[in-house]
Amino acid sequence: MLQSFKLAIKAILSNKVRSLLTMLGIIIGVAAVIILVSIVAGYMGQMVEQFEEMGVNKITINCRNMNTRHFDDSDIYTFWDEHPNWIDGISPSVSLNSAVIKSGNDNLDSTSIIGVSEDYAKIQKYTIEEGRNLVYADVAGRSSVCVVGAYVANTFYGSSDKALEDTVKINGKPFTIVGVVETQDEDNFDEGGTDDFIWIPYTVATKMGRNGFINNYVLISSDTVYTDDITNELKTKLYSIFKNERLYNVMANSSIIKQLNESIGTLTAMLAGIAGISLLVAGIGVMNIMLVSVTERTREIGIRKALGARQGVIMQQFVIEAAVTSTIGGVMGIIIGALATKSIGAMMDINANPTVWAVILSFGVSVAIGLIFGYVPAKNAARLNPIDALRTD
Amino acid sequence: MSHPLIEMKNEYKIYIMGTEQVYANDNINLKIYRGEFVAIVGKSGSGKSTLMNIIGALDKPTSGKYFLNGRDTSTMTDDELADIRNKTIGFIFQQYNLLPKLTLLENVELPLLYAGVKASERRRRALESLGRVGLKEKYSQYPNQLSGGQQQRVSIARALAGNPSLLLADEPTGALDSKTSREVLNFLKQLHSEGNTIVMITHDNAIALEAKRVVRIHDGKIIFDGDTEEYAAKFQTRN
Repeated sequence: MLQSFKLAIKAILSNKVRSLLTMLGIIIGVAAVIILVSIVAGYMGQMVEQFEEMGVNKITINCRNMNTRHFDDSDIYTFWDEHPNWIDGISPSVSLNSAVIKSGNDNLDSTSIIGVSEDYAKIQKYTIEEGRNLVYADVAGRSSVCVVGAYVANTFYGSSDKALEDTVKINGKPFTIVGVVETQDEDNFDEGGTDDFIWIPYTVATKMGRNGFINNYVLISSDTVYTDDITNELKTKLYSIFKNERLYNVMANSSIIKQLNESIGTLTAMLAGIAGISLLVAGIGVMNIMLVSVTERTREIGIRKALGARQGVIMQQFVIEAAVTSTIGGVMGIIIGALATKSIGAMMDINANPTVWAVILSFGVSVAIGLIFGYVPAKNAARLNPIDALRTD
Repeated sequence: MSHPLIEMKNEYKIYIMGTEQVYANDNINLKIYRGEFVAIVGKSGSGKSTLMNIIGALDKPTSGKYFLNGRDTSTMTDDELADIRNKTIGFIFQQYNLLPKLTLLENVELPLLYAGVKASERRRRALESLGRVGLKEKYSQYPNQLSGGQQQRVSIARALAGNPSLLLADEPTGALDSKTSREVLNFLKQLHSEGNTIVMITHDNAIALEAKRVVRIHDGKIIFDGDTEEYAAKFQTRN
């Protein structure tokens, strides 16, 4: 056995260029598996993280209210009263898309304006930098107050504190700015960015809106374990109102993440499969070279058999040679794949680490390739008739 | 000395060439005892190589029996033949058949390796064997660093290493000049005088005369089997 390893290494070294070319297939195959799987895993991991930042406990409700069947704010607050422990905060979300917003003579064309409750900042995990958040009294009293994003405050009022107590005109109606939200995204501190928004009490927004219905709600559960219960209960309630599943939708972020994770798994497996095909091709390369090697060494095999080598010994020699070739290729592939993953990850600015299972799998596959694709040539070698083998020159 | 080392009874080796049957060995009956030095002579195509393959357990007869050291080889498997070759026969080939990528020591160790002798013992015996052919100092060299005569001596060392019952030499001087041929033949004679059994295959009558007994093959049949002197009287003039 040890002798076979020594012989294998000798055989590989005696034909360095050829051995390297044979290994190249395995190296590329293994590196490809590791790079693809690791980069995708890193990239997707980052996406999941972003979703998680948006709040795993967040649940959104969309419905298409009609005059005869509708789900309004009193319904959702009743639901909260029924399940006080499940929920940490609820806010309707009423977008006023066509509102004309003015600060002095400036038009705020890109600014999004939504009607929300006092819980909205908590739900979005936003912090008030200056002034105060909306409060229940603003909502209940339909006060003409608003909270603005940092971009609005800085661009149109100079700074957050200057914006306070100033006004913004929405559809000609002045709203007092009572609070400014901390900058959320410095990289996207621009028109239409994350910080370009105005919040007003949803009660006010509903009145300003076209049909006076609230079509969107967002709530946050007190714990992810309640997500399914909340989702199911809400669906039951919504069905009892709308009698048609197409008129409403309840979506939990955690289930989106779950779905995302599932599709990541599928995608990763697919990519690994594609890269795996290159490993298969590499295996055929190994077999090809081993067949050539057996033919070239027919005489050697004949001599060994004449001197008393059993079939198993010859077989072992060639299988081990193939396995050693592909294992060395596999190890080189792992090293190259790991280094490439790190540098590509750095280039793409994602945290990509060579996945353990990809490394183990590709190493295992490369060893297996040597054994499987070395088998046929080795069998041929072992079965050579010593007389015929000795006769060749 | 109860049973012969080699015993062939009605041995045939028949090849099918297209539609024709070629009798490479045609009813061979032969006994060789321990301690003999036998030359098997024949022209090319006479069937002597076929006979040597069968004697060397490299091939099996088509029909008839071949007993090597009392054991019937005609029913043996490939691996059993490998074992009996390993333990019973030391091959000396015309082309030396040394493995070019192994050192002399490793080459000589090969039969011991396949016999399962452990490393330290293998090395000791291989060095001893190399010593017998006078090449002990060169043990770490490679075959292509040696002259033809030296390579043939290494192959003799390899044949001796396993301490076989039979040395089977196939045209041992075929690739050598007359001076080194002489040396190799003298060495074989010496080995014979030390008690080894030697069977030498050759096409050359002059070489055959170095043996004690000559078996001549023609068209697959034995046409002469007897003492060297008798053979010389009968065949030397018309080789």
